[in-house]
Amino acid sequence: MKKTLLSIVLVAAVLNFAAVTLASAKEVTLLNVSYDPTRELYVDYNAAFSKYWQTKTGDTVKVNQSHGGSGKQARAVIDGLQADVATLALAYDVDQLYEKGKLIPKDWQKRLGHNSSPYTSTIVFLVRKGNPKNIKDWNDIIKPGVSVITPNPKTSGGARWNYLAAWAYALKQNNNDEAKAKEFVGKLYKNVPVLDSGARGSTTTFVERGIGDVLLAWENEAFLAQKELGAGKVEIIVPSLSILAEPPVTVVDKFAKKHGNEVVAKAYLEYLYSDEGQDIIGKNYYRPTSEAASKKYESQFPKLNLVKIDEVFGGWTKAQNTHFADGGTFDQIYQK
Amino acid sequence: MKNRPNKNTLPGFNLSLGYAILYLSLIVIIPLSATFLKAFTLNWADFWQAVASPRVVASYKLTFGASFIGALINVVFGLLTAWVLTRYHFFGKKFVDAFVDFPFALPTAVAGIALSAIYSTHGWIGSRLEPLGIHVAYTPLGVVVALTFIGLPFVVRTVQPVLEDLSAEVEEAAASLGANRWQVFYKIILPAIWPALITGFALAFARAIGEYGSVIFIAGNMPMVSEITPLIIITKLEQYDYAGATAVAAVMLVISFILLFAINGFQWWSNRRLGNNR
Repeated sequence: MKKTLLSIVLVAAVLNFAAVTLASAKEVTLLNVSYDPTRELYVDYNAAFSKYWQTKTGDTVKVNQSHGGSGKQARAVIDGLQADVATLALAYDVDQLYEKGKLIPKDWQKRLGHNSSPYTSTIVFLVRKGNPKNIKDWNDIIKPGVSVITPNPKTSGGARWNYLAAWAYALKQNNNDEAKAKEFVGKLYKNVPVLDSGARGSTTTFVERGIGDVLLAWENEAFLAQKELGAGKVEIIVPSLSILAEPPVTVVDKFAKKHGNEVVAKAYLEYLYSDEGQDIIGKNYYRPTSEAASKKYESQFPKLNLVKIDEVFGGWTKAQNTHFADGGTFDQIYQK
Repeated sequence: MKNRPNKNTLPGFNLSLGYAILYLSLIVIIPLSATFLKAFTLNWADFWQAVASPRVVASYKLTFGASFIGALINVVFGLLTAWVLTRYHFFGKKFVDAFVDFPFALPTAVAGIALSAIYSTHGWIGSRLEPLGIHVAYTPLGVVVALTFIGLPFVVRTVQPVLEDLSAEVEEAAASLGANRWQVFYKIILPAIWPALITGFALAFARAIGEYGSVIFIAGNMPMVSEITPLIIITKLEQYDYAGATAVAAVMLVISFILLFAINGFQWWSNRRLGNNR
């Protein structure tokens, strides 16, 4: 009995070995470490990329996904999570991969088109059906009696975009008067009853718990919430001005090199800029960057004045230090 | 015992002590001292800034205050539950007994989501409290509710075995000697269960101080109002401020240690006072 078992195992092993050596195609596994709301996008994209890569090279690619708060994900990679590519919510978090971990070169953002952001998004409002509080723009949500749901900018990347969008609107309204802008954002946060730790948490608070009159949300989250979570219960309101969120992507050079995945990791990100990649992006309610896809999805995305963080705030590092670091403007709002 | 010093169940005092210390070092002491080492990379001014800014101090008050209140509530109702479970027989008692352990087994995030769903203004209990002007979810009161929830089993499970061992005859004897109910409780039962009660309190309290998962869902996390210290630590990590985060963690460790030490001291002192020193 034992002998037959042994021989079966041996035969199986030999066959297995033969199969591996015969097939010239490799099997590649990539790890993409991303932030919270990209789940649906990358599920679609990974399937498309595997297909493309197999027809091109014959190799099969399996992409594993990891999702979480953007800052937490960056920290995991710095602390040793061996990601081949990182696709995070803001450039500041990717910068830390260089600053704290020396995992990528300093000029990582120059390596791919559009500042390494194959898709963009923005911040919009989600309100209850029929818009009972008649919310149209940012100055409507600082009125007394309006309850605003947004996550904590200290823990959530999306919440930082919300905060900066409000700040940018206030600057524009008050001829770039920083003190007025701070007062405006202070009033806004007076109306916030709950600060969840992440964007999905806030969506749950607003849609499932029924708290608040308006949710400040990623555009793609808002579409998703309108379509799936609260169909017929919520509607999207587009403010006159918002911020252009550019979630960046990068190959994590050190780990990709270690895994021998440099080529496929690079191709994985480059394909996001292809026609098919851009199409999947548009389908998942992110704003494509290529002209053709932008045109195709033009009707889906409302037109609004989008300001860039580099132009209004002088880049992420500066914005982070002024507003969200300990003792920054966000802390000052609560410590009077 | 004195003339047979080597008759221990486990052989080799030195060996077992060695293992105990190695085990404690690997599991507890080394990770915790790493926290302190990291915290000490800060200079004094930065350290003080990290651990004593108004927002952090407010979080200490909330964390330790709510944990204390939660543990006290558990002492009262945990004792009552343990009493009911040991002294009465009723239909479904085994189920009730099993329910007590739920907060142990449940992922804390599940507890947090369930509690905030029930206690929010549109929730089943929250909507009934709303007209009375009581808001639970997203206020410090919500923190107390969550911390009471997760601490419940500790008091019940420490007091229950002691109550089971306490024979009813002693109470009957006291009653036959003319003691009223209050005297029986105060002079007979309480001294017997006192050490267990304090141990349960200390466990529930310690557990509550470290709790994160269930609280963040129901706390509202507003700076200066409903932000617990573990959230402050996460917040600092989120800004890649590892040293600041460990500094706050180190302060929490020291306060917790002092408090637990004080509770143990109090237990020792009250045991002697109640004449229960074995």
